[in-house]
Amino acid sequence: MWLEDIESNMNNTKIVQASLKKRYAKERRFKAYGIFSISLSLLFLSFLLFDITHKAMPAFTQTYLKLDIDFSYKNLKLKEGSRYSEKELFSASYRQLTSKSLYEIFPEVTNRKDKKVLRNFVSSGAQYNLRDLVIENPSLIGTKKSIWVLADDDIDSFAKGLIDRNLPESERRIKDNQLVWIDTLEADNRIEKRLNIGFLTQGDSREPEQAGIWGAIKGSFFTMLITLILSFPIGVAAAVYLEEFAPKNNWFVDLIEVNINNLAAVPSVVFGILGLAVYINLFGLPRSAPLVGGLVLFLMTLPTIIIATRAAIKSVPPSIREAALGVGASKMQMISHHVLPLAMPGILTGSIIGMAQALGESAPLLMIGMVAFVADIPQGFMDPSTVLPVQIFIWSDSPERAFIALTSAAIVVLLIFLFLMNLLAIILRKKFETRW
Amino acid sequence: MLTKKILTTSAVVAASFLTAPVQARDYIEIVGSSTVFPFATVVAETFGKKTGMPTPKIESTGSGGGMKLFCKGDGIDTPDITNSSRRIKMSEFEQCHKNGVTDITEVLVGFDGIAIANSRIGANFNALTRKSLYLALAAKVPASATGKTWNKEEMIDNPFTNWNEIDSNLPNVAIKVLGPPPTSGTRDALQELAVEGGCKKFPHMKAMKKTNSNEYKKLCRTIREDGKYVEMGENDNLIISKLVNDKNTLGIFGFSFLDQNAEKVKGADIDGSPINFENIASGDYPVSRPLYFYVKNSHRGKIRGMDEFINEFVDEDTFGEEGYLVDKGLIPSPEARRAQFTADGKNATNLKL
Repeated sequence: MWLEDIESNMNNTKIVQASLKKRYAKERRFKAYGIFSISLSLLFLSFLLFDITHKAMPAFTQTYLKLDIDFSYKNLKLKEGSRYSEKELFSASYRQLTSKSLYEIFPEVTNRKDKKVLRNFVSSGAQYNLRDLVIENPSLIGTKKSIWVLADDDIDSFAKGLIDRNLPESERRIKDNQLVWIDTLEADNRIEKRLNIGFLTQGDSREPEQAGIWGAIKGSFFTMLITLILSFPIGVAAAVYLEEFAPKNNWFVDLIEVNINNLAAVPSVVFGILGLAVYINLFGLPRSAPLVGGLVLFLMTLPTIIIATRAAIKSVPPSIREAALGVGASKMQMISHHVLPLAMPGILTGSIIGMAQALGESAPLLMIGMVAFVADIPQGFMDPSTVLPVQIFIWSDSPERAFIALTSAAIVVLLIFLFLMNLLAIILRKKFETRW
Repeated sequence: MLTKKILTTSAVVAASFLTAPVQARDYIEIVGSSTVFPFATVVAETFGKKTGMPTPKIESTGSGGGMKLFCKGDGIDTPDITNSSRRIKMSEFEQCHKNGVTDITEVLVGFDGIAIANSRIGANFNALTRKSLYLALAAKVPASATGKTWNKEEMIDNPFTNWNEIDSNLPNVAIKVLGPPPTSGTRDALQELAVEGGCKKFPHMKAMKKTNSNEYKKLCRTIREDGKYVEMGENDNLIISKLVNDKNTLGIFGFSFLDQNAEKVKGADIDGSPINFENIASGDYPVSRPLYFYVKNSHRGKIRGMDEFINEFVDEDTFGEEGYLVDKGLIPSPEARRAQFTADGKNATNLKL
């Protein structure tokens, strides 16, 4: 009997040995698939990052022109000698200052059309910068001073090498006479590229050289603040109730659970339509306000937070609950002293990921009017504003070529914020993580 | 304990927000056409910088969407101004009046040309006419145009696959056109001015306009859906980058984009008229459309800066021949009409249709 057993065992071993090679090969292939997938996604990701940062580079510098500005009483159209109120300085004439300085450098330009081209070397925003300069420092009046002013976006693009001077003139945005002038200015050391600080401190503008992202950052901040202070407590409270208090095997509770899971999968634009109907049409809240944006994104983020929180609470071992109840804690003490602190890393991670998702959202905000041109930087929850992804969308649709770089630069800023939020999630998780 | 605190605080905050009375607006609210948007935003920004008043907020909702919001009511929660890349329709005007918006001023901003362009290194499409655009883009075309039958009434599914089948002067390349989706005003203009404009060249179609205008509109404006016309979304920059990669594909977009990308793409002549500033302004270039804005005059006293904003818009330095909107690609309207609309804007002349 035992002899037969051995024989069959030998047989099995043979079979196994025969197939062993195949099994190893299969395993190697399986591993190779995984490595292939990861390297493919890394390839795409690095291509995306490289492409975006490469395109964004021109937006981080800005070309300035050095002009000798004559702040004479005549040019400013101010009466000589008196002290000026801020209002008088505000309404003085600054329009001609840069053009006159350019005409002085190029006295040979006399024809009206050429003069127009020449004065457009300077950004249309420069006159307002000069105005702010004079208001800040009225002693400039009556003096002549060399001042670096913003260059127009075409000049800026040329200085950054984005316009090829070897193209035939008809295909170039910078014409031959402009080339000569630029070369003269350059030879005079009147052209300089500087770090584009305005990009991070200014609001939106239709002139690429004046456009900044600070307004959108602040809009995003206000919107996210509303989303956070509403969705975090409400989401956690809902999850705690569903996990710890709600009766099990009750059809109504099951129905709520199914609906929450469904809500998490609803396309975000639907929440925008809901927000339009409820917050704007019913409650009469203003369009384009971060308050409404936050309320809409709150609806969108809530299911994500509830689901993440429930999973975190579920992962707290029952023994902790039983021990707490065993030493005489009430149910509420058990939850607030033991379950929630232990579940906190999971809750925070889920919430931050939910918030990061909301930060990148633009579709629902279209419905409530946040896809808008807003030049002023919002100061509160009711001021009209846009958010970062919307700013990217608006810039990508602008005809001026320099907006292509700005679009990519804005994407870089958004990516940095997303990266920081995810980093925060990891740090918090590491900090609060408890092993048992 | 902490959770409880957070809960109460957020509840109070939420309640106070929801019950807060709607504040009086201190900025101008503008909605409407995405074609007027690039121009209106420049004016808004200049107005804000010049006067120090809050910069108007401008939403790009499309002409139709803008009219709907504008005509919703007379209250302060409705927009003050709407932009439109076509004239207000009678039905919209009546809707406005029904909802209490009875004092409207119309201002013609200028014109916008629609470019039909391809890559600079691609084939030459200067022999394009509205008729050949119709034959290339319509879903159904008269069978007689194929030269195979003489039955003039018969309409067949568009059989053309190459441009030279339509007109031997056109290059022998496959028909592929990238253009805007139906939600866009540019698409409306393409359909009405180019495709319908070409359709009318067939006498029997022109006759149909009188006898059966619904069928006429359907036949003359429906764009083919067999993949020769590709909808690209409203992003004109995207269309241009596709044209660079595919040299014989045609793209359809606003003149300002052509103006900004002259080293990459070239605009085709239509009906022998090259697309340029002068031809669009004079009306020789056939595919151009008027741009308007409409002002709710009852808001002029209530919203700070309305009059100043409109004055800035109708200033010669803004929408005149040397104005800054021209630098942005706007085609100014003739002098006499500018003068009239400047007066209308300043005097808040009520629009009558």
